[in-house]
Amino acid sequence: MSTYLYRDLSWLPPCPADFNRRCRAALESSERFGWRIKSLAKHALNDNQLIRLGKTIAAGRAKGYDLAPLRPFRLGLASNGTTEFISDGIIASAARHSLALSCIAAGYDQVLQDSLSPDSPLNRAGTDAVLIALDWRCLPFRPAPGDANAAKSTINACLDYLDTIRDAIRRNSSAVCIVQNLAPPPEETFGSLDRGLEGSLRFLIDGVNAGLVERLRGSTDMLFDVARLAETVGLAHWHSPSEWNLAKLPFSQAFLPVYSDYVCRVLAAMRGLSRRCLVVDLDNTLWGGVIADDGLSGISVGQGDPTGEAYLTFQHYLSSLGERGIILAVSSKNEDESARLPFREHPDMILRESNFAVFQANWNDKATNIQAIADTLALGLDALVFVDDNPFERELVRETLPDVAVPEMPEDPALYARVLSAAGYFEANSFSEEDLKRAAYYAGNARRATLERQVGDLAGYLASLEMEIDFQPFNHTSRARITQLINKSNQFNLTTRRYTEADVARFEADQRILTLQVRLRDKLGDNGMISVIICRCAEPDALEIDTWLMSCRVLGRRVEEAVLCELVNHAKRRGAARLRGFYIPTDRNKLVEQHYAKLGFAHVGVRDDGATVWELEVATANLEAPPMVVRSSGFEPVSSEVSQ
Amino acid sequence: MLGEIFRDFFDDENLILRPEMTARDVDGWDSLAHVRLLLTIERKFQIKFSAPEVGGLRSVGDLVSLVAHKTNAM
Repeated sequence: MSTYLYRDLSWLPPCPADFNRRCRAALESSERFGWRIKSLAKHALNDNQLIRLGKTIAAGRAKGYDLAPLRPFRLGLASNGTTEFISDGIIASAARHSLALSCIAAGYDQVLQDSLSPDSPLNRAGTDAVLIALDWRCLPFRPAPGDANAAKSTINACLDYLDTIRDAIRRNSSAVCIVQNLAPPPEETFGSLDRGLEGSLRFLIDGVNAGLVERLRGSTDMLFDVARLAETVGLAHWHSPSEWNLAKLPFSQAFLPVYSDYVCRVLAAMRGLSRRCLVVDLDNTLWGGVIADDGLSGISVGQGDPTGEAYLTFQHYLSSLGERGIILAVSSKNEDESARLPFREHPDMILRESNFAVFQANWNDKATNIQAIADTLALGLDALVFVDDNPFERELVRETLPDVAVPEMPEDPALYARVLSAAGYFEANSFSEEDLKRAAYYAGNARRATLERQVGDLAGYLASLEMEIDFQPFNHTSRARITQLINKSNQFNLTTRRYTEADVARFEADQRILTLQVRLRDKLGDNGMISVIICRCAEPDALEIDTWLMSCRVLGRRVEEAVLCELVNHAKRRGAARLRGFYIPTDRNKLVEQHYAKLGFAHVGVRDDGATVWELEVATANLEAPPMVVRSSGFEPVSSEVSQ
Repeated sequence: MLGEIFRDFFDDENLILRPEMTARDVDGWDSLAHVRLLLTIERKFQIKFSAPEVGGLRSVGDLVSLVAHKTNAM
């Protein structure tokens, strides 16, 4: 993801294969046209797709379609390069930022004239803002290496030129100006000397860029830092000599999507539409590993280990966001106690409970939790960003709460901060005491929000995932992983029996013992092995569940019910009349106290050691198979009489 | 392959390329589209056209030959 992060807008969900068809379909009806456009704009679009969307919006406008809920914004474009692609790109990207943009350009190479003339289309258009995007090649630059005076007057001449345009626009139209700075070309004349030698091209461009910041200070006009964007993608990629020669394109068209998105962030910020709250998951998002299974000493956060360092870096980044006034919140599937433990006791954590305004750790679905967070903070869902390493959770929130921004996250946590930053959800065009005070007001609470209402159609979402569950007995190749799960699982573990790899090998070979390794795949990916079950025969006619554990990552997907169906089938094949299960309470597995009750087992007693005993009559079991494709293979046929 | 690129770019499933075709024969193939079309072809085939090569294009046939030449040369 890293190499082309900015070119491909990798934090956005990939573009659907039928994008062209959907653009055409969007034009077929005026009803909810704006919603359809907004939905299309949410994806990672390349320059051709972006322009196609821009033209679709223009076609809809021409038909008189209403663009609600997108809010109108009129942008003037004052550029001396080719602008048509840029306006289409910005119009399409604006939909991603909830804006219905219309764009009025100054005439080709007419920036000064059109700004100065009160009657120009640019000045008569009633624009909310004008983007002044001048390329360095069209400014009065005269490199004069070594000549300090010439350098100073060239720099001032360029700045004065920009000021003239700004003043003229303000006088004639009262629009705010967004002034783009200069992206220097990679070509050098000297090498390292260029930067410091007065009058070199690099020196002049740096001088104009620094001077521009000063001239804009205290003004209502704003800077658009294209130099920063160009440097980030690489000046050698940004500037394409062939594209300039071909059609005076000021930057490589491959970067039209990111350029447009960056411009729209500034416009959205002007309208107060930047996001204000970041909700984060915990396990494998703020630290490596799962706190309830790995414990304080097992999670990865800290120096001396690449994974730990990666999470530390991410925490530093989140902390800096908090310091500038972004509200932080937690949404984690965990016991509340477990979730707060690292914040309270792990020495290397950067973030503490006091950094968070709301702290949701429970077993309810994340969409419901995020709604509760928004309600508690009195924020609209469109002010929230949600970061989670798990594609299941990301997709659930995207579908249930489409106004929440959910970036695609990279596999490697070392890139979490970079991707979140690249997505630019929190663009601001001012910063003051107010913002700092607001941050302090919200932080420190780490409180729990009550879950007022369940949101979304979880059943529908699960069905849409095309889940496939795969049952096999223990085998040689999976032995190590099975042993690992048996020894690592603490929360969803009914009896917490620990076995060695030798034990597991014995179970494999013993026909009287029923073993299940369970894998789960869905359209978002392969979750791998997520559950392990071991059963023995016991009298009278019972199949006893010695071990039933599951990865908490797949809670809430009805895997338990699918496992139960499989167990019932095996019980029937072995001639067992009932299934018997035990719950041995520990300080970590309260989660599964009612596991058997929920599956319809009857509570038949309590053992001396405190374990609860449960039974299910196989013949009368009332089972509903959950919506997933079931594969069961590798089980040897069993004789109906299985001796002990 | 070039036909597919054209069909996707101009959003016209029925577009069939003929060697003697020019920009005038295709709806939406103006000078701006021409520039973007060339960039799209460069990207899809991982090739780069030089300025003289671009300047010499008169018809779809010329374009097909140029692309074939550049992809074979790799």
